[in-house]
Amino acid sequence: MAKLDKDSLRNTFFIAIFLCLVCSIIVSGLAVALKPIQKLNKELDQKKNILRAAGLLASNATESADGKTIEQLFAEFTVRAVNLKTGEYVDGVDLQAYDPIKAAGDAANSISLSSDEDIATLRRRENVSLVYIKTNGAGIEKLVIPVRGYGLWGTLYGYLALDGDLSTISGLGFYAHKETPGLGGEVDNPKWKKRWQGVRLYDDLGDPSVRLVKQRSPSNSTAASYEVDALSGATFTTRGVENLVNFWSGELGFGPYIQKLKINGVAQG
Amino acid sequence: MASQKEVLIDPIFNNNPIALQVLGICSALAVTINMSTTLVMCIAVIFVTTMSNLAVSLVRNRVPTNIRIIVQMTIISSLVIIVDQVLQAVAYDISKSLSVFVGLIITNCIVMGRAEAFAMQNGPWLSALDGFGNAVGYSVILIGVALIREPLGSGTLMGFEIIPTVANGGWYVPNGLLLLAPSAFFIIGLFIWAIRAWKTDQIEAPEYEIAPNGQYKEAI
Repeated sequence: MAKLDKDSLRNTFFIAIFLCLVCSIIVSGLAVALKPIQKLNKELDQKKNILRAAGLLASNATESADGKTIEQLFAEFTVRAVNLKTGEYVDGVDLQAYDPIKAAGDAANSISLSSDEDIATLRRRENVSLVYIKTNGAGIEKLVIPVRGYGLWGTLYGYLALDGDLSTISGLGFYAHKETPGLGGEVDNPKWKKRWQGVRLYDDLGDPSVRLVKQRSPSNSTAASYEVDALSGATFTTRGVENLVNFWSGELGFGPYIQKLKINGVAQG
Repeated sequence: MASQKEVLIDPIFNNNPIALQVLGICSALAVTINMSTTLVMCIAVIFVTTMSNLAVSLVRNRVPTNIRIIVQMTIISSLVIIVDQVLQAVAYDISKSLSVFVGLIITNCIVMGRAEAFAMQNGPWLSALDGFGNAVGYSVILIGVALIREPLGSGTLMGFEIIPTVANGGWYVPNGLLLLAPSAFFIIGLFIWAIRAWKTDQIEAPEYEIAPNGQYKEAI
């Protein structure tokens, strides 16, 4: 028997096709098998981020102080889809599958922002987004809205939580960003995040007025109640965070919805 | 024929892929900011290098010479996708913080280098040992770098505070340089210096010698 000529054309094609087949079967088989677990992880991660922004879950914990799991805590929230332009609820949206960020990339489901409007450098904004509401007997306890905006190196993605009066910030947390560790990356610092608690979001005219400042106004002045300390050494990140909070709580963000919610209560929106 | 022990142990200090061959530096800079991502990265690289060396060695006698690099790349990238998918399923948080660097194991020079230089010439068992040894050599350096960068850069180790930083009410002002990529260059440089001071046979002969200043008769 002649020795196998490994450099022959036949063998070259055979090896190439055989290898591609084997590798693709292994890779795709594994990807399909692991898909459900990965999806679950992603959902759990999103819930964790919402709960952390609302201050119901400590930053490293996987359950609340009174022993409730993430699933149990999140079950107290109602998820609704909101038309950002009218501020009204939208029915018939698959809340599990709907991704506002994906919708913003789709011309049919989003609007383009002019450069004056686009303070958070988003370019496009989705028409329908999601809100997470926690109610108790007396009314709304927490409202969590998804926010995003450009920092220094990339877009920061996070959640902004409001207290029941819908004018006071309860917390802000980012789940994905590319800011410099140690400088802009300090947006993740629990001490800094705590400073957002109790900051007033809307001024008397109903406009979002949060400011990130280097020098706080005297603590008894009204101006101070809208202020959060800026992150030192991270001017662009700080500016980005200020803009994204004001954008998403403003007229082009969830402003119309929050106005309606204040007047009508949670049921009608 | 090298003995099994030599193949396994040599790459750790005598022939370290980072310190002697200066390969795989890119990921060493990127993932060593904290220990937990470093450890996961090391495990991933150990798995990929061992398995790719094994697989390449198994098919080495059938692979046509002119497509051998593509064959190696296909095997390596399949393995890396497997690692990435498994990480996303079992360690979601860490896979998020490693983000693209798991994918970039494909281009890690060590993996490819060992497949081409060793696995193409040696049997499966020796090749697997060689892959494992080299990846462990890589890991030793990475863990060493992370051991310096994380405590001095953010005052923590594995996420637990070991030096109380000023931001958290302690006394230590974290050194921001250690959070940035260049610091890993400095640390790896110091490691290479230390290893070569210990094992002097690793010192490379200078490529040229500076000639002594001559005196020209015309000038006098």
